[in-house]
Amino acid sequence: MLRDITLGQYYQTESVVHRLDPRVKLGGTLLFIISLFLFRNFLGYGVAVVFLGVVIGLSHVPFRYIVKGMRAILFLLLITVFFNLFLTPGTELVSFWKLTITVEGLRMAVNIAVRLTMLIIGSSIMTLTTTPNNLTDGMEKMMKPLKLFRVPVHEVAMIMSIALRFIPILLEETDKIMKAQIARGADFETGNIVKRARALVPLLVPLFISAFRRANDLAMAMEARCYRGGEGRTKMKPLVYQKRDRIGYLCILCYLAVGITVGRLTLF
Amino acid sequence: MSIILDHISYVYGEDGPMAVKALDDVCLQIPDGQFVGIIGHTGSGKSTLVQHMNGLLKATSGHIYFNGEDIYDRDFEMKKLRSKVGLVFQYPEHQLFEIDVFSDVCFGPKNLGLDKKEAELRAFDALRKVGLPMELYYQSPFELSGGQKRRAAIAGVLAMAPEMLILDEPTAGLDPKGRDEILHQIKQLQTQTNMTILLVSHSMEDVAEYVDRIVVMNKGKVMYDDVPKKVFSHYKELEEVGLAAPQVTYILHELRERGFRVDVNATTIEEAAEAVLQALKNDGK
Repeated sequence: MLRDITLGQYYQTESVVHRLDPRVKLGGTLLFIISLFLFRNFLGYGVAVVFLGVVIGLSHVPFRYIVKGMRAILFLLLITVFFNLFLTPGTELVSFWKLTITVEGLRMAVNIAVRLTMLIIGSSIMTLTTTPNNLTDGMEKMMKPLKLFRVPVHEVAMIMSIALRFIPILLEETDKIMKAQIARGADFETGNIVKRARALVPLLVPLFISAFRRANDLAMAMEARCYRGGEGRTKMKPLVYQKRDRIGYLCILCYLAVGITVGRLTLF
Repeated sequence: MSIILDHISYVYGEDGPMAVKALDDVCLQIPDGQFVGIIGHTGSGKSTLVQHMNGLLKATSGHIYFNGEDIYDRDFEMKKLRSKVGLVFQYPEHQLFEIDVFSDVCFGPKNLGLDKKEAELRAFDALRKVGLPMELYYQSPFELSGGQKRRAAIAGVLAMAPEMLILDEPTAGLDPKGRDEILHQIKQLQTQTNMTILLVSHSMEDVAEYVDRIVVMNKGKVMYDDVPKKVFSHYKELEEVGLAAPQVTYILHELRERGFRVDVNATTIEEAAEAVLQALKNDGK
């Protein structure tokens, strides 16, 4: 049940996209998302779809697997589409009962749906092809300039990588405790809201205790290895740009140039 | 009461990139009152196997019959199965959550819908069976020692009055004394109540002394399923899959090979000593 969440997970396989420097992927994803909001017509989305399709093809992650992760946000997507569709004022298209669909509303709804879907798929490509460690490494390096403003970049990156590392551990732990309590006759699935909330106590108390215990152990282990923050710390595998990373940047820029030119034409 | 596993297979992460076949065509039959040891290396599928027996995992293929009823039938009541088959997980002390030990042990029976009085009676009975000192009953479970916590957690499952008890590595992380105490208590429980008990372990030494039958798991398959003596006679094959027979088995076989006519079927130190004495006597004649 909990294992079905693929959003934000890493998919292990061998591909060009996997081998790209995380900075390229982070920057690329960011630019891709921005580009989605710059388009003024649907042709721009066409370019984005083609670009995304090529990246997915190169990444060797099965499309089915990516779509599976979309299920988690389907509800959110439906609500947004619903509100946009029915609550945008403008020229009436169809009307039934108390609801009216307007031309503007339809346009908005389609726009939002396409943007959200592509945004999620785009960013899940990044997380699916980059290990959490690599991702935080990339972030740390990209945010280095912020150190001038006394932002504790290394600490933030370390906190993020630990948090990411703990997600699967805690999910597994939750699964285990849940099973142990079900074996003792606990029922997490039936009853009204109050009953269900109460049923969570036997799950949450052990989970919190175990999270604290793990945090404590980890802190101890880090201390025992003389960890004292980022000052003077070197990396075992420092990030160095390769030829393929430069090509990657070039591809993203090409996409941006083509996408924005086509997407901002006022044909319609 | 018996459980029959009929060609059970289970695959983890079925359509993901790393699908793992954890159980591969397992057939087992566990009759009433038997004390069974399930032995296997880490990742051999033993924990996965026992989670099927009270319906926590659903087999990818195959059937499980509990008292002649298919537990995957739509109208089968899982809750009833879970009250009859008690499962104590690995490190069960991680599931404790109540303010005191006694309330925690009451959690199971209360979930069965028993009234307060009946639940408390069962909790007392269970705590007595695991041998936890009375003065600890109203302490916070988090203040107990490792071994005491584990007893409290086992009592939490026993309080549901199961007909069959499954213990997944009940001695993991305990010192030798704590290990022997817990295993003795389990054996006592079995002889007193004639409960069916499944003991999952990776150590032959641990179970050899107590069980009637050993099921050896390897790579999701049943490798051997026999009485301890017979299983240990395959000690060479066991070693190949990373398991070891009890040390006395090695000693006796070594003696035999060097021409000392000793019975090699002993599984415990006491039996081995007896066998050696017997052989010495025979030689003297």
